[in-house]
Amino acid sequence: MDYFIQQLINGLSLGAIYGLIAIGYTMVYGIIGMINFAHGEIYMIGAFVALITFLAMGALGITWVPLALVVMLAASMLFTSVYGWAVERIAYRPLRSSPRLAPLISAIGMSIFLQNYMQLLQGARSKPLQPILPGNLTLMDGAVSVSYVRLATILITLVLMVGFTMLISRTSLGRAQRACEQDKKMAGLLGVNVDRIISLTFVMGAALAAVAGMMVLLIYGVIDFYIGFLAGVKSFTAAVLGGVGSLPGAMLGGVVIGLIEAFWSGYVGSEWKDVATFTLLVLVLIFRPTGLLGRPEIEKV
Amino acid sequence: MTMPSHTAPTPAPAAVPARPAVDWPGSLKDAATAAFVALLLTVPLVGLRTVDRPTGLSIEARPDEVIASIVLVFLGRLGLGLIRQGLALPVLVLALAAAAVGLALPMPTQVLRLVLVAGGGIIALRAAITLTTGRSKLSQAERDRRMDRVAAKVQHATKYIAPVAIAFAVALPLTPLADRQLLDIGILLLTYIMLGWGLNIVVGLAGLLDLGYVAFYAVGAYSYALLAHYFGLSFWVCLPLAGVLAACSGVLLGFPVLRLRGDYFAIVTLGFGEIIRIILVNWYQFTGGPNGISGIPRPSFFGIADFTRTPPEGMAAFHELFGLEFSPLHRIVFMYYLILALALVVNVFTLRVRKLPLGRAWEALREDEIASASLGINRTNMKLAAFAIAAMFGGFAGSFFATRQGFISPESFTFIESAIILAIVVLGGMGSQIGVVVATLLVIGLPEAFRELADYRMLAFGMGMVVIMLWRPRGLLAHRDPTILLHGGKTPRVNAGAAR
Repeated sequence: MDYFIQQLINGLSLGAIYGLIAIGYTMVYGIIGMINFAHGEIYMIGAFVALITFLAMGALGITWVPLALVVMLAASMLFTSVYGWAVERIAYRPLRSSPRLAPLISAIGMSIFLQNYMQLLQGARSKPLQPILPGNLTLMDGAVSVSYVRLATILITLVLMVGFTMLISRTSLGRAQRACEQDKKMAGLLGVNVDRIISLTFVMGAALAAVAGMMVLLIYGVIDFYIGFLAGVKSFTAAVLGGVGSLPGAMLGGVVIGLIEAFWSGYVGSEWKDVATFTLLVLVLIFRPTGLLGRPEIEKV
Repeated sequence: MTMPSHTAPTPAPAAVPARPAVDWPGSLKDAATAAFVALLLTVPLVGLRTVDRPTGLSIEARPDEVIASIVLVFLGRLGLGLIRQGLALPVLVLALAAAAVGLALPMPTQVLRLVLVAGGGIIALRAAITLTTGRSKLSQAERDRRMDRVAAKVQHATKYIAPVAIAFAVALPLTPLADRQLLDIGILLLTYIMLGWGLNIVVGLAGLLDLGYVAFYAVGAYSYALLAHYFGLSFWVCLPLAGVLAACSGVLLGFPVLRLRGDYFAIVTLGFGEIIRIILVNWYQFTGGPNGISGIPRPSFFGIADFTRTPPEGMAAFHELFGLEFSPLHRIVFMYYLILALALVVNVFTLRVRKLPLGRAWEALREDEIASASLGINRTNMKLAAFAIAAMFGGFAGSFFATRQGFISPESFTFIESAIILAIVVLGGMGSQIGVVVATLLVIGLPEAFRELADYRMLAFGMGMVVIMLWRPRGLLAHRDPTILLHGGKTPRVNAGAAR
């Protein structure tokens, strides 16, 4: 039972990370119908910006942990969203009316580019970081110990989710975004600046991915330029699992995948956890092609 | 540098009174915005580098590179803006000057030099085009139409180009030029051409986006390696077996997922490719795990003769059989012809199958799935056939790869390989056989030619994919004529495919 709860919390924190990345995929897919293949790389950039910010603060002599964390979070979100914006502006916007494959190839190219860009700039070796937030919370008479970082991840994700849901459902920006998702042309006719909304979608997705990147840095303490690929694929899996286009679905999908991974590693062995994830994806798509919370899509002639 | 003269606003407009006044504040503001974005992009990642020190990770500032990139972005953006407003001549001169400065003067880093030369060159080219055509930019549609005409011409010229190209490829090893290195590159190119043609059946003909083609390549390679390792079977027995096994894995995967829609299908094939790779890594008792399999036997000359100096018992030596001087090059030449033949088989198959009901059904499915389903085409079976056939060719290529390398490991079958093959197909223009060849020369040949720039190869590769897609979203030689026309094509031709 203790072991179960331990794995449950590990899975939840991992799932929160996948969910944060998956939201970027799902929003972009919802609004312009493309797989933003470079999104995993955006998450990787987020992790690197967080690392560099921390090191830079260390060099400046700022060592007070709460301040460091807040600055890391802010810097990571800011700079990463600029990357998200630039990727959309350079690689996707000119291709908006092209055949469906063109943006996907462009995105794959962008992903390869960003990976190598990071490798050239920051080196190919993995970057270790000493724990910034050490310490554990012990529960159930010391049988279960949960690191503060994992708790913080879950909490921050919850807060972000609440805020994000409010943003989408209550503000005029969110309304415009949902309108674009339904019908870009009509939204444009009614005075919504579609280009701006799409850019903002990318910015929001990138900001959330940056949070995920920072959390991964804090939890695992090591990153490299290649982490984006697998995380990206799994998060897209999460988005598909939850139903592409649905925000709660993305979060749910992320949590499901996180839990599967944690329990699979905990009870079966960590080598095969990725196979378990992908098999789940195939099964879900076969039996419920629209995902868990997705709307059925009607093909029109 | 000479650049700051741009910022002096007064003299230039007076020099060309006939043109509308240049909007200097607007251009400057635009360029400044671009420079600001460049600042935000470069400060954290370019300006601050992590350095491994014995005491741990530390950080190093590189403000010069940030400043350089900002200045370059600012000037570049300003130059483009000014070209559009009719100041092409001064921009041309300045851009050429910048490129010359980059070439001549010593620079702190090679990257800066490269950026200066390339950026100056591109802007100079843009300005030169503007000067000659009198327009700053062709519209997208206009450019597309032009390129379509070029593509159509190339497609029609294929009749003449193809035999010449094949004759060249056949004659190449016989010329004195052919050394080991050239033949190796030739084999590499032909392998990718074969893979591209194989994938073209799925992506170009049947219109299914397969992101995991490398899985079948891996199945083929491991089939041969394992069969040779455990049962001692020869290459010529394993080649068809590898094809069959790859086709079976294609059917096995295809059966459940083929009813999925485009992007879901893509992601599932990607997942499948990863599953195969993970299995290869983790099932180490059987596959050798991450260490791979080494000592894979080389092919013999159709089981008759061997390419070694002293062949094993019961086997003739190739050089003795043909009365030649022994040369290690013989094996390479043979491999070259082998992959050339395999690739041509795929090509001939594709060209012929387009004229069969099967191929026409694929093209119909690609153009409109619902319409073809309502006309009685069995969607699943047709797609499954495309998938299995393409997988079979992938399997052939894979077992060739295994025997050529003599060593395989899961490292060779990562997603990036799938992406490269898909890029070849899409960049060449989906469904275009000659496009695959052109794209392979670009994607594989160019980086091979610039091996010295090894570090920047993949960077340039990624950027090249983006640039080609932006420039020509339907692929370089995209040109879709229907393969079969009513009345033997006598009816007035409409570029139906071009509208897509």
